[in-house]
Amino acid sequence: MTITDQTPESDIGDVADAVSASGVPNQLYELPRRHAVLRMSEVQAAERANDPIDGENDQTMLVNMGPSHPSTHGVLRLMLEMDGEIVRRSKPVIGYLHTGMEKTGENLTYLQGPTNVTRMDYASPLFTELAFSLTVEKLLGIEVPERAVWIRMLMTEMNRIASHLLFMATNGMDLGAVSMMIYGWREREEVLRFFEMVTGLRMNHNYIRPGGVAADLPDGWRDAVGRLLEMLPPRLEEYDILMTGQPIWRDRLQGVGVITAAEAMALSATGPILRSTGVPWDLRRDQPYLAYDQVEFDIVVGSYGDSFDRYAIRLNEIRESIRIVHQILDKMPKGDYRVQDAKVTPPPRARIDESMEALIHHFKIFTEGFKVPEGEAYAAVESPRGELGCYIVSDGSPKPYRMHIRGPSFINLQTLPHMMADGMLADAVAVISSVDPIMGEVDR
Amino acid sequence: MSDEVGSDTTEEASESDDDGVPEPERRYGCLVSSGLDMAVLHPERDQWLPTMGALFSDGFDMCIDLTAVDYLTYDGQRRLPAGIEPERFEVVASFLCFERRERIRTKVQVPADDAVVASATSVYPGADFLEREVFDLFGIEFADHPDLSRILMPESWIGHPLRKDYATGAIPVQFKGAPGPR
Repeated sequence: MTITDQTPESDIGDVADAVSASGVPNQLYELPRRHAVLRMSEVQAAERANDPIDGENDQTMLVNMGPSHPSTHGVLRLMLEMDGEIVRRSKPVIGYLHTGMEKTGENLTYLQGPTNVTRMDYASPLFTELAFSLTVEKLLGIEVPERAVWIRMLMTEMNRIASHLLFMATNGMDLGAVSMMIYGWREREEVLRFFEMVTGLRMNHNYIRPGGVAADLPDGWRDAVGRLLEMLPPRLEEYDILMTGQPIWRDRLQGVGVITAAEAMALSATGPILRSTGVPWDLRRDQPYLAYDQVEFDIVVGSYGDSFDRYAIRLNEIRESIRIVHQILDKMPKGDYRVQDAKVTPPPRARIDESMEALIHHFKIFTEGFKVPEGEAYAAVESPRGELGCYIVSDGSPKPYRMHIRGPSFINLQTLPHMMADGMLADAVAVISSVDPIMGEVDR
Repeated sequence: MSDEVGSDTTEEASESDDDGVPEPERRYGCLVSSGLDMAVLHPERDQWLPTMGALFSDGFDMCIDLTAVDYLTYDGQRRLPAGIEPERFEVVASFLCFERRERIRTKVQVPADDAVVASATSVYPGADFLEREVFDLFGIEFADHPDLSRILMPESWIGHPLRKDYATGAIPVQFKGAPGPR
């Protein structure tokens, strides 16, 4: 493994030796340590600012990329140690978008919770709402009606399509296929139009809530979905013509940012990054939630673990999602769209006009919130970026005592230094793009 | 019956159950309790790293999540197995086994006056960012972490926002300029 060979001599060697001496079985412990050398606090850096330049050892140059660089998808900053055109070590610096959403979550009721978490991963907001709602439902011990389950599946699969289309657009833009950017955004907008029809908003829907969904599907939803399903496959064929087979596109992506299955697993990477290494792990199949055990779909895996595999996986996952949505259209059951449990569900609007109790009940639920039994729970869903988990500790009050979101973008970002190491600077852009981080979720 | 009387050793082994208190269940040498969704291991603080080594050897390939909880103002009941002293902080990690499709959660109690735990990065390098996040937001230190520095908050920040004694702060909203009903 080249990573260990290139480890520069430094005092971290002692730590690594001590760890391997303790008999810990993992051979990959060097992974974070190599790049750790780069990390220096701003105070330490300022102290050494006036150090004399040592010609022999100062052959590399530190370059700051971002936080406002067009290819860093928002506000990701990278410290790159450059040896000419080649990236040696690197360190992602994050936190520019940190607004303390986990702390905010502790001060919002369970009903207000989805409004908060939906703003984390703004490219696939419904997944965070889903993970949060599943966790709360696990704590409450309630089961949502069939129709709500299938509506959730429909909405999250459409969201997966929208999110992957956004990836197609930004990936194209980062690599110079600018027309792809326009096509990707155009198709995504069509999906967002469907979301607007169902939830009232293009993004940050607050649609999936503990106990079900906010509203039933509107009239004409079936036609709207049908139109999308008809429109998308030929467009995907166009993407194939435009990019997949193109020698320039392949040269830019194939063999760039390679990661092995063992490295991806050691670095806790999930989603397309893990699947690109050939590990067929998808929570929808391996630990099914909602009703994914009742639909048929394939897990798309790669074999080289490079950026091209990650691109191809996402493109084909759009096709698999379309396949799932077709089955959802056939199987969508009738019934209620939210659980009829007076503890968590507000009374229907019409009842409020005629019953004092219903009015009080409504008022209580929206001001005080509903109480959730003591305990802790973790629920995970397969978001377009990997495992999106939500861990909630409840103390029996109407607000979570602790709400933690395991953001796949945040954890997948750890693979960046290893995938970029010893590659060209221009390839670093391709690698960042292929990780597809959403900074709102990274920083939370 | 006759077999049991015959051998002293088996009798001694089953003797421990006789005093009415059943032997607490252990896995990987740690006390174990059953959570809502998965088994929960409760290692002692000095067992933390060996437990992870044992989990890794047993096929838990990935550290899927690592976070902490500050129990300073918790009103409810801490459901810990007998023998585990509740402390202010609790570092919670969950692990995933791909082969058996199994998850397991590990919790370690961390006292406020000595908030240090062994870093998991030597076994699970993927715990790197997660531990930095816990260090940043809770002020819990991870011994032998390759680069324990703030990750989300600015380097010069004072305080640890996710601690329960850290105030949220609020911006007062005034509706002065809002249009009236008529």
